Amino acid sequence: MSIFSLFRKQNSAPTARERLQVLLAHERASVGQSDLVAILREEILAVIAKHVEIDDEKVSVKMERGEHVTTLEVDIEIPVTVTVRAA
Amino acid sequence: MAKVVVVTSGKGGVGKTTSSAALGAALAQRGEKTVVVDFDVGLRNLDLVMGAERRVVYDIVNVIQGDAKLPQALIRDKRLETLFLLPASQTRDKDSLTAEGVEQVMNDLKRHFDWIICDSPAGIERGATLAMRHADVAVVVTNPEVSSVRDSDRIIGLLDSKTEKAELGERMEKHLLLTRYDAVRAERGDMLKVDDVLEILSIPLLGIVPESMDVLKASNIGAPVTLADSRSAPALAYLDAARRLAGETVPMTIPGEKRGLLGKIFGRRAA
Repeated sequence: MSIFSLFRKQNSAPTARERLQVLLAHERASVGQSDLVAILREEILAVIAKHVEIDDEKVSVKMERGEHVTTLEVDIEIPVTVTVRAA
Repeated sequence: MAKVVVVTSGKGGVGKTTSSAALGAALAQRGEKTVVVDFDVGLRNLDLVMGAERRVVYDIVNVIQGDAKLPQALIRDKRLETLFLLPASQTRDKDSLTAEGVEQVMNDLKRHFDWIICDSPAGIERGATLAMRHADVAVVVTNPEVSSVRDSDRIIGLLDSKTEKAELGERMEKHLLLTRYDAVRAERGDMLKVDDVLEILSIPLLGIVPESMDVLKASNIGAPVTLADSRSAPALAYLDAARRLAGETVPMTIPGEKRGLLGKIFGRRAA
């Protein structure tokens, strides 16, 4: 960011353009086939649910789609008193 | 040989019906026999935009169900004898439009017309997929706005996979019609530019229709834009787009609202 940008009025069209380019790159890759991130989310939760009782309220799944990578953040609270199921 | 054109967009309210009526009329004004078919079953509006709402007796569903013959359902335009309309029905039963029925109607229309313009409903449901099913050419109507561009991208994907042409392994010819464009706002950096949209969607440009009061005026009086005032900026854009659709090479311009002095004096009287 240069000092000049402070004086320049921020235009919205370039932002629109960038947001679209990122979004469509992802959508083109996922539409038609199933969404990889959705599959990962389902399977990760299934694996954990096999061993511990998961409270749906205590699960937080966040996704951030960037230009080059997507990050999937799965945050699950496991209570200390949990009864570990026999595998 | 009839050419089947689908006017589609995914998103609603971007100008599919306006564009279908205007392109249909523009092609008919060239003397080519044209029919505009409304596929928006349940929410028909092409009849209203073309000023034929009081003349609808039968519709496409009546033809498909065998309650009426195709010539009975076709409405000839009162201003242009080469322009016809096949209205949609107002039934709420969406399944009344069957794939076999639509195919039969399209085959019959192909025998009698030079151009068949299919006005697609919004969305990606049955009506929209049936409207694009038999098309040779697609006109993707897009506004320079993020949600419209995203939906157009989705529709382009469907055109390349869910149409007869795509299933036969042929290439569907697709064109972008950019509507409601405001050159001043684009220049100021507050609206996506023509090149931005073209780069994102990467399909060739058919025309740029400027944002204009004349579009609302035309629908108010029930006339396709090109017939309401053939010298208005959007009319010029649609007339040029129709010529390109017919294979002519026309330099791309963004028709402005400017008129010469004589145009100002006489143009108002005509409106």
